[in-house]
Parts: sequence; C-alpha cells; structure tokens
Amino acid sequence: MSDTQTTRTGSTLVKRGLADMLRGGVIMDVVNPEQAKVAEDAGAVAVMALERVPADIRRDGGVARMSDPQMIQEIQAAVTIPVMAKARIGHFAEAQVLEALGVDYVDESEVLTPADEENHIDKWAFTVPFVCGATNLGEALRRIGEGACLIRSKGEAGTGNVVEAVRHLRSITAMIRRCQSADANELYAIAKDLQAPLPLVLEVAETGHLPVPLFCAGGISTPADASLVRQLGAEAVFVGSGIFKSEDPVRMAHAIVEASTHFDDPSVIAKVSTGLGSAMRGWETSSLDQRLAERGW
Amino acid sequence: MGSVGVLALQGDVREHLATLSALGVESARVRTPGELDGVDALVLPGGESTAIAHLLVTSGLRGPLGERLESGMPVLGTCAGLILLAREVLDGRADQWGYGALEVTVRRNGYGRQVASFEAPLELADGSSVPGVFIRAPRILACGPRVEVLATYAHGEGPDPVLVRQGPVWGASFHPELTADTTVHRLFVESL
Repeated sequence: MSDTQTTRTGSTLVKRGLADMLRGGVIMDVVNPEQAKVAEDAGAVAVMALERVPADIRRDGGVARMSDPQMIQEIQAAVTIPVMAKARIGHFAEAQVLEALGVDYVDESEVLTPADEENHIDKWAFTVPFVCGATNLGEALRRIGEGACLIRSKGEAGTGNVVEAVRHLRSITAMIRRCQSADANELYAIAKDLQAPLPLVLEVAETGHLPVPLFCAGGISTPADASLVRQLGAEAVFVGSGIFKSEDPVRMAHAIVEASTHFDDPSVIAKVSTGLGSAMRGWETSSLDQRLAERGW
Repeated sequence: MGSVGVLALQGDVREHLATLSALGVESARVRTPGELDGVDALVLPGGESTAIAHLLVTSGLRGPLGERLESGMPVLGTCAGLILLAREVLDGRADQWGYGALEVTVRRNGYGRQVASFEAPLELADGSSVPGVFIRAPRILACGPRVEVLATYAHGEGPDPVLVRQGPVWGASFHPELTADTTVHRLFVESL
C-alpha cells in the first residue's frame, strides 16, 4: 500500500517539524569544526556555520556573504546535529547553493549584507526549510507568508546586549495577545496595520501563537539572558557571539544549554552562572553605527 | 492507569502532551528525578538525541530513568527517543550512550539529512494505515528475536520496521505526535 509514489519530501509539516525538534534547545554560531564539536559536546541542538560571528562582522565591516562551502562541509562532517547556514536577504542563489550542500536549515539573515532591498526569498520554492528574523508580528507573518518555517526575534546581533531581543520578543508576543482579544471586526484592520496576510492574522488570533515556532536571537550572552527570553515566550535560543567571545566558551556553552532547559528554575540558573568567567564585553546599542535589525522589512 | 510523563528536557514535548490529552490521559512534564517518581509510564519525545542524552546526565535523570526501565516501566520513544532506547546506534557520536532497552540496531539520520525528510503512509500489522512523518529520522536496520514489529514503511529498499515493541518498551522512528492521528499513542496507552 505505501510505496515510493506516496513518499513526499519538503512538505510544510516536515519543514516546520525540524524546528519543533529544536524547541527548548540552544543553536550556536560556530566558525570551524573545533567550535562545532564544542557546541555538540555542550548539548547544542544545532549549529549555525558561518565564517565570522556577528561581533567580528560588526568590527570588520565590508560585505558579509554566504560562507565558503568547504567550511560548511567540514562542519557537517564534524558533528551529528543539524547544521544551519546563512544566506543574504533576497539572495536565492546563495540559498540554492546551501540546499545543494544539504544544510538542514537556511537562515535568510540580516547579519549578512542584504542582496535585495525589496524582495525576500520565495521560500516555498525550496525543499530545505528557512528561518527568518523578525522585529514585530507583521514582519514575522510576512516571512511566514513567504514560506519561513521558523521565526527568530532579531535582537541586535553581535552586541552581547539583550535589550533589543527583549524589545522584539515583547513586541511579537504583545501583538499576538492583542489579536487574541480583538473582536472579529477589528482583525481586518489589524492585518492592514501589520501589513500581514489576513489568513495568518486570523490563525494567530485563534491559536494564540505563530503558525511556526518562535525562537530568540541577537545579544544573548549569559545563562540569565537565556532564562529571560525563554520566560518571555521564546521556545529556543540562538547564541551567536555570546559563547565563543566569552572568557570560557566551553563552560558558557554548557551553562546556556542548562539555562534554556531549566529556564524557569532560578536555582539552576544560579548554579550554572556561578564562577562562569566573563561574558563577552558587549556594546551599548546607542553607540552602534549599524543596526542590523533594520535590515529586512 | 496512572499518569504518563513526557520527558521535557528538549524537543517536541508539547505535541506529545496534546496527543495524550486528546486521548483523555493524565500527563505531566518530567525534567527532574522527583517528577520521574510521580509518573507510571514515560514518553521520550522527538528532539536531538545528543542534546537529550546530555541533559539526562546534567539533570540527574540518567541513572533513575535506567532503574525505572529495568523495573519494567512502560516507555514510548519517538525518533530521538528511539535512539536513546536502542541497543546499538550506528553513525552516532563516538561517546554516544543509550539505555539498550530495545534490541534493535538503528542508524542515525538513516534516511538522510533534512532535505530528505519525508511524509509517507505506514502499514500497521492489521493492514490499516497511519500517517508517518520522518525528520532526520533513525532507520531501524535490525531487530532482535524478542522485538515485535507493529508497523512498516514500504519503499524501494523496504519494507523497514518503523514501530517496534519489546514488552513494555515501544519505539517509533517517525513522529506520531506531529499528526492528528492518535493511533500509536492509543495503542501504547491501551497496553498500560
């Protein structure tokens, strides 16, 4: 009865399903196979393979692009957990390359220099699933309308400062609550104001959550940061510069993994935070020349 | 029948709780040894098996869960959960450990990476069909004599066993919790 004709790859369920499997976990930015092993050893649920962590992209300037395929393949060979990689906003050819490499998730990311200032990638056209950043509910639903299977609140990558992550996460969850409490007449105007697809707004109003998992990124650099964003509604945590720019990356990686799982148990957060060494130095966001979160729309 | 726990360290815990709730079964999240003491059966959810194995150690659950399995607690492992229960795991980490409660050999990511993840109908022993969702799924390569095959996936190289049982220990290489079909959970709950 079941045969190869009825086997389907790339379905929405299968693409969103991998994001479901990552819930509760930590996804770590890594720039080489050694860091990828550290991440896997510490209990990361996935790694994001990239050439420079956001803090270095911010420091170095220049155009930030998709990573060298060789480096991605070396990381794929080094670990058994899923490997994600970033494509520039709108750069569907980079995404095609990443799909051909067999990466498990493509991040259409504002951390890289955008390739298209009007259009994001048509993500429905791909078998590989996509994660996209969002600063508010309208942006999240536009990305989901384009086929994103996982949303991460953007925060401000490479700063070590959690304030923007909190702003974006609170913006998304507050607007979801607003949709839930709106009466049916109001939802059309809300969809218009959000510039979001009406069916997705109606779905959010009905279910009280996004149609895909909501994770948090951008500025998380301590176990308490991870606990904070998880308590604010993030279902998992992306940590970029926060691990390998800290004083003791191995301990920090372990500690943030523990903190994400036991996010609502302060005694665990206290234990893993004790004697951890310095977190990354960090930046006050008002001192930044470039706000990465403003890329994408 | 008492309460069914869902190991809630990482993974698709919510879907298992929702499926159990849809069947009218009392369920609870398990993240600590104390919470494990309070349940009569356990679901090991989908997720990343290396991350869940790591968190079992750091949460102090590895030993207590092993003791409960030895004492015959019923358990259903899906995907990562199956890997944790399997006697032999191929293509895992060099230091990958498991409970060995199910006499099967599985290959991690045995159907390929995420781009090869798939949906397909599965055939139960009685000839009926359930929907199968396979995400970077382990592939069951061999089963010991005491393992009963409850469902198979027929394909070019198949059929592969995808739902197996050895006494109180159940394992699925797919994700019954991701579909609206409650058959697998119902069969497990009815066995309690």
